[in-house]
Amino acid sequence: MKLARLLAVLVKELRQLRRDRLTFGMIVGIPTLQLLLFGFAINLDVRHLPAAVLDEANTWRSRELVAELRSSQVLDFRHHLAVPQQIDELMRRGEIGAAVVIPRDFERRLEQPGEPAWQVVVDGSDQSVQAAVRQLASFPLASLDPVRGTRAVASVQIVNLYNPERRAPINTVPGLIGVILTMTMVVFTAMAIVRERERGNMEMLIATPLSPFELTIGKVLPYVGIGLIQVSLILILGIVVFDVPIRGSLLDVYIAALAYISAALALGILVSTLASTQFQAMQMAFFLFLPQILLSGFMFPYDGMPRAAQWLAEIFPLTHFLRLIRGIMLRGAGIGELWPSLAALAAFILIVLAFALRRFRKRLD
Amino acid sequence: MAGDPARNDPDPVAGETGDAAPVIVARGLTKRFGAVVAVDHLDLTVRRAEVYGFLGPNGCGKSTTIRLLCGLLEASEGSVTVLGHELPRAAEAVKRRIGYMTQRFSLYEDLSVSENLHFFATVQGLSAAKARVRISELVERYDLGELRRRLAGTMSGGQRQRLALATAVLHEPELLLLDEPTSAVDPQSRRDFWDALFDLAQSGTTMLVSTHYMDEAERCHRLAILDRGRLVADGTPEELMAALPGSTLRVSTATPRRVQQWLARQPHVIGVAQIGSSLRVLTDRAEGGVAWLSPQLNDAGFQALVEPAPANLEDVFVATTRQRARDRA
Repeated sequence: MKLARLLAVLVKELRQLRRDRLTFGMIVGIPTLQLLLFGFAINLDVRHLPAAVLDEANTWRSRELVAELRSSQVLDFRHHLAVPQQIDELMRRGEIGAAVVIPRDFERRLEQPGEPAWQVVVDGSDQSVQAAVRQLASFPLASLDPVRGTRAVASVQIVNLYNPERRAPINTVPGLIGVILTMTMVVFTAMAIVRERERGNMEMLIATPLSPFELTIGKVLPYVGIGLIQVSLILILGIVVFDVPIRGSLLDVYIAALAYISAALALGILVSTLASTQFQAMQMAFFLFLPQILLSGFMFPYDGMPRAAQWLAEIFPLTHFLRLIRGIMLRGAGIGELWPSLAALAAFILIVLAFALRRFRKRLD
Repeated sequence: MAGDPARNDPDPVAGETGDAAPVIVARGLTKRFGAVVAVDHLDLTVRRAEVYGFLGPNGCGKSTTIRLLCGLLEASEGSVTVLGHELPRAAEAVKRRIGYMTQRFSLYEDLSVSENLHFFATVQGLSAAKARVRISELVERYDLGELRRRLAGTMSGGQRQRLALATAVLHEPELLLLDEPTSAVDPQSRRDFWDALFDLAQSGTTMLVSTHYMDEAERCHRLAILDRGRLVADGTPEELMAALPGSTLRVSTATPRRVQQWLARQPHVIGVAQIGSSLRVLTDRAEGGVAWLSPQLNDAGFQALVEPAPANLEDVFVATTRQRARDRA
């Protein structure tokens, strides 16, 4: 290996990147767009959700509760119901996303802590609605405070109609770092290398003393920088727009990101050795992207998956990255405590890179 | 044509040493892609400072042979020695000493002339100081001075070829392999390009050039004619023309199209081509062509004047490639 050659490839790649407006736009555009789209879709701050109220108690306390719920602006009571059956009907037709049920013995239940005093029926098929109501329910309401000083949070029961599995939405933004890096890093590197082949540059390159290592590493190094820029962009947007916490150290976040970027780049290099056109590279990247999204724990909780799916998920780098980044950002864990995930990423990088570089032949056949 | 004392030497063997050793020796070189035989038991000897031409129609195996010689493809059969190194084992050692100009423009279109040259200079292992000297020398020689800042993708065919040649010779390779270097270039640029090649040959560079232009083939020191992966003839252009098995006749007539159609059906006629208002007829009869063809044309009711014509390389090409097609049929 000669450092001068590796640097020459790196400089060349940066020059080409600077002239490639489309890729340049995607570097910034994809994370911004993805984060805003995903971010708002999972936004907890749902307002004016169409709702119904079934007040069977009809006491001053129950009316106060309804008034307070209305003033929160989360629920917009459009229907006042008389019988419980109406809830089902309205919800099935999609006219309401939630219904507040106050039972006849509301007053008595309030006196007995531990027993839910009222009920919110929620359309669980809609994640954002569910999350919103859930948050509303954990709000201490003054009207439910019969004895001053005690909070009545526990006195509400939430019945989740269509989706018993609930998801913590705050997990999404740290997870999005992984998803966006998977999308962009694998595709960018695979395409950058395959482009050389497609445009005919590779035939010239492999007729020179340039080694596969110098070529691939020189080519992907700029993308490490680009990946870190993307991470920063997501973090800034996540903090400013969505108020996502970083409870652990920022350095740990970047170490985890760097490890994951390397893993994604290694995967991109592997894809580039299998694809002969940029279109194929794109298809393969997408093929690798989907199972990672589905099985890594980004979409569905890892613990809820069948054993076989869990084993499969262990192969994917995104699974390990999600554990790292959620641990650091949400639980405030140090990267040292999460070493098994970091080790798994390191092993993935080494194996995939070794395999890809072995596959990279300086020949055309 | 430069005189080459070793020209008639039948078969120098691989492993010779010194300046007399051939630069390329291939024996029984074969390349198959699945069921397709792209190169079929090719024997080839190229000597130092020679401009060796590869002439053949598209798909005859020229590019595949050049790629085999660069070490970009591995032979299915046979042996190749390039610059004393045996392929494919010593492919990397060979790559350091050869220059390769691909058929398709393979430099970076989104980099400027100077960026391309600097990139490949470093890749070829030139130090920064040496690269600067060498690049300014080549920019001067190949008239790229005013184009230094231009992106390669915005240049004309001739300009691109000059840049590609400059890039291929950055590291002063001993052997230069050029795959149809002038296919997208105007006639004046082609001439200039070939002058540049002879300058390189003068300074001791060996060149293997593939082409399908007869005038270019005629300028080579030696020439191989390839047809469907086989070497059907090789030698100096003069030798090849002298060895033409048949003869060439010029037929002047008022109705060239009809005569051509009739001639094409006759035995002993290998090829007929209309040149202006007369026809050029290639026969496999070595002697007495005029006495043979003239009465036949008269009998068929054509008014025509038949004269002998000097053979050219195109005749050799047509004769050798057609002959084989007939043998096969």
